[in-house]
Amino acid sequence: MTGAPFLEARGMTGGYGAADILHDLTMTVATGEIAVIVGPNGAGKSTAMKAVFGMLPLRSGAVLLDGDDITRLSPQERVARGMGFVPQVRNIFPSMTVQENLEMGGYLRRDDISGTIDQVYDLFPILRDKRHQSAGELSGGQRQQVAVGRALMTKPRLLMLDEPTAGVSPIVMDELFDRIIEVARTGISILMVEQNARQALEIADTGYVLVQGANRYTDTGQALLANPDVRRSFLGG
Amino acid sequence: MIDALNALVVLANFVIVPAVAYGAQLALGALGVTLIFAILRFTNMAHGDTMAFGTMATIFTTWGLQNAGISLGPLPTALLALPVGIAVTALLLLGTDRLIYRFYRAKKVAPVMLLIVSVGVMFVMNGLVRFIIGVDDQRFADGERFIISARTFKTMTGLDEGLAIRTTQGITVVTAIIVVAALFWFLERTRTGKSMRAYSDNEDLALLSGINPERVVMITWVLVAALATIAGVLYGLDKSFKPFTYFQLLLPIFAAAIVGGLGSPVGAIIGGFVIAFSEVGVTYAFKRVLGYLLPEGLEPTGLVQLLGTDYKFAVSFAILVVVLIFKPTGLYKGASA
Repeated sequence: MTGAPFLEARGMTGGYGAADILHDLTMTVATGEIAVIVGPNGAGKSTAMKAVFGMLPLRSGAVLLDGDDITRLSPQERVARGMGFVPQVRNIFPSMTVQENLEMGGYLRRDDISGTIDQVYDLFPILRDKRHQSAGELSGGQRQQVAVGRALMTKPRLLMLDEPTAGVSPIVMDELFDRIIEVARTGISILMVEQNARQALEIADTGYVLVQGANRYTDTGQALLANPDVRRSFLGG
Repeated sequence: MIDALNALVVLANFVIVPAVAYGAQLALGALGVTLIFAILRFTNMAHGDTMAFGTMATIFTTWGLQNAGISLGPLPTALLALPVGIAVTALLLLGTDRLIYRFYRAKKVAPVMLLIVSVGVMFVMNGLVRFIIGVDDQRFADGERFIISARTFKTMTGLDEGLAIRTTQGITVVTAIIVVAALFWFLERTRTGKSMRAYSDNEDLALLSGINPERVVMITWVLVAALATIAGVLYGLDKSFKPFTYFQLLLPIFAAAIVGGLGSPVGAIIGGFVIAFSEVGVTYAFKRVLGYLLPEGLEPTGLVQLLGTDYKFAVSFAILVVVLIFKPTGLYKGASA
């Protein structure tokens, strides 16, 4: 733990219809920490992200951001409060240029956003070269960089990533993870869902193993990687 | 050589100039259709009648101005009345949205439902316009009739054939260029325009970025009101205003939007000219053009007209069918219709 919890989601229970998907789920992310949610398919990982972001009605439980209760706020209001969300799919504006994607990311801001755009380009240098190209024409890895860059435009203090490495090559995946660590070093807390559990836990300060919408194991990334039960059941030995 | 020039002048007079003007009118109409499709995600069957309503509002304002003795000199008074017509039409469209479309949008109904809803809106607008102004032809063009009349052209050039360019044709093209340039500047350069493109691209992500969908929808309707009214008034000045003709314009306008690629503004413009040139070209009798070009003795005895002008709608319809079969996304990769 590197600080006080910045995000605290307590006892989240809820789902889309009558049946609950999440059962008393609890997650916290400290300032500047990387928290990773892993688990088998259908464990409710993405649903948990949506719940934290206000895209899923909760029957009980609470979400606290920097000590404030934000349980009743809409996703847009949460963005204004300092949360950034990168959806798993359809996370860019394909017909718009890279630069315009970033501008739209900073749509809510009324101040000068050019400094933040430069920071995103420093983080993802390839995007600076391609800034006048349509985002839809980029490779999978570059599109994910645009998606993360767009979410960074509001200068969030918590960045939520839903499977940022889905569908990219292992080399690109490593590079994306490096960038995510870099983002975390600037003091931004990160909560992400990952399919590549082993690699993700390696960079995680905290890992949450979810099974059927409930907490199964919660520990540091290293401890989870060393835990024989977790290895056998979720990391393939 | 003189024969070739004469042939060119005949062609310009009867095909090129009218088709360019007609194409510009269709392009403006198709831009409205394509904008609604891209941002509001449905095909608006009421667009022809929106054009009729806007034109009607402009005609009444024109008559008012004429009665007050206000005119634009050589230019038609209708240009002065245009902003009023646009404002009234914008109010009608915003009211329609508030009353009807918003209900269905909140329910997130399928686009085809909205299409059917727009058919209902079309019938109401259709009735409204006929009820207020009547079903008859209305002429409201005033000012100078010609930029160049056929006789002036003949004395100027000494050719046998004359080329007439009517004021309304000139105004149509100039206005269309200004409107299109302004629209593209708005969509490409302004923050609001970009937010509309973002909303069109990815509605959910636009929401996450803090773009207010209701504001995007409102601005879209205002733009559509402006495009539809301008297109309708230019068409009415160039030809005449008759509610039924405007309803019929729906077919070439849809054909233009679909040929260009639904949702693509550039495509809508190209589509407008493709349809206009096909319609005018296929229904024009080429006898006189060929008479100048072919050697003596080979002049055609018939009219050399592929289709009678009564069948001009068949041209748009045929192009529409061919495009839908072979290239359903249109020339500029729009959504498949």
